[in-house]
Amino acid sequence: MAQHQVNYASAAGLPIALTSVDKLVNWGRSNSLWPLTYGLACCAIEMMASGASRYDFDRMGTIFRASPRQADVMILAGTLSKKHSEFARRLYDQMTEPKWVISMGSCANTGGMFNTYATVQGVDRIIPVDIYLPGCAPRPETLQYALMMLQKKIRRESANMNNNTKQNLRLV
Amino acid sequence: MRKYTPKENVQKKSYYTDRYWVAPRVPREEVEAGSHFADVVKALGRKAKESYVEVGQLVVHIKATENFEVIKTLKEECGYTQCSEQSAVDYLAQDGEFELFWQLLNVNEAKRVRVVTRIKENEAIESIEPLFKSANFAEREMFDMFGIKVNNHPFLKRILMPDDWEGHPLLKTYPLHGDEFAAWYEVDKIFGKEYRDVIGPENRDPARIDRYDTKRFSRVGYEVPFGEDISGGETENPIEYSETVLVDYNKESGKQLGHRR
Repeated sequence: MAQHQVNYASAAGLPIALTSVDKLVNWGRSNSLWPLTYGLACCAIEMMASGASRYDFDRMGTIFRASPRQADVMILAGTLSKKHSEFARRLYDQMTEPKWVISMGSCANTGGMFNTYATVQGVDRIIPVDIYLPGCAPRPETLQYALMMLQKKIRRESANMNNNTKQNLRLV
Repeated sequence: MRKYTPKENVQKKSYYTDRYWVAPRVPREEVEAGSHFADVVKALGRKAKESYVEVGQLVVHIKATENFEVIKTLKEECGYTQCSEQSAVDYLAQDGEFELFWQLLNVNEAKRVRVVTRIKENEAIESIEPLFKSANFAEREMFDMFGIKVNNHPFLKRILMPDDWEGHPLLKTYPLHGDEFAAWYEVDKIFGKEYRDVIGPENRDPARIDRYDTKRFSRVGYEVPFGEDISGGETENPIEYSETVLVDYNKESGKQLGHRR
């Protein structure tokens, strides 16, 4: 059996990497985003496809969790009806901090084609949204891109979430 | 078919004038003597006020108070063992009445009957849930959408809209975008009425662009820093296109390709 003798002092140096707490924490947060398994309408089909083997969100550390207590990200995938809005908000409230929200698809962004009495005209009326993802329905690649944008956003944030105001953080 | 309108000079005129398409009347045929439907009408006797055949389907008009007996007769004597649909039509503006209908199916004969009746506003109808279990949800939906009460229903409660909803959305008087209650429903329910000012009214125009909102919108050629106040007007920037992405296909072929030739 080969013996590997590691002499840090004589080699390139001690195994030390210098970083800031923000970067370290955000590195951890952004690379293990756990979205809530929460589908509202047809966008949920695309969301499921994104989680399945072909698009495979697992490789990005994104694993769907079936409990709001264990989830970081809420993907609002589909039409939010007014009857259901109360429960969507409750699920959001049950998620632990830090938490982020992706509004997926036209219906979640603006109410979409459901310009009626029974549909919430944009989920940002009840839940603060980080990423608006257009499309009807967005392809899994698009959702993947949205998650990557969210990762970028998280990496730019302060690790102390109290310092972040959602309006001050903008993309690109 | 829609009435033909001359199409010349249409661009100067309004695009679409007949606001509501009036469906053509389907021809009504007599109930043929000796047919299955004739037996059905005979079984109903004088309870059938008016009966005719529309698109191969018997339509029977009855008195609203006799709906249970009529449908019981149809089920037990004429073999109509399925109630596929039950609902109402709002004719309040026109006649001050609802039209209620029950759609019944005879599987053995492959025949359908529509039982039609009319009730005034604030009148109730007898439930046919003891005859057809499928009428349970249909009657609840009718109550939810039109506010028509159903007597002796086992569990008459809203089925589609939330329990605390106000108004009956399928009435012709109900606005499509909802009344004030509907517009603020989620805000009132989650945050309370005092949050209406914070959240603001619904944006019913998804294509709306706020000219002076530099946080969400950016005009091409007039880009300004994020969140800047441009109420005083903004300066025009020349649009620059990237030259690295554009490929000049008219250029002479590259070195490598010329070498190969």
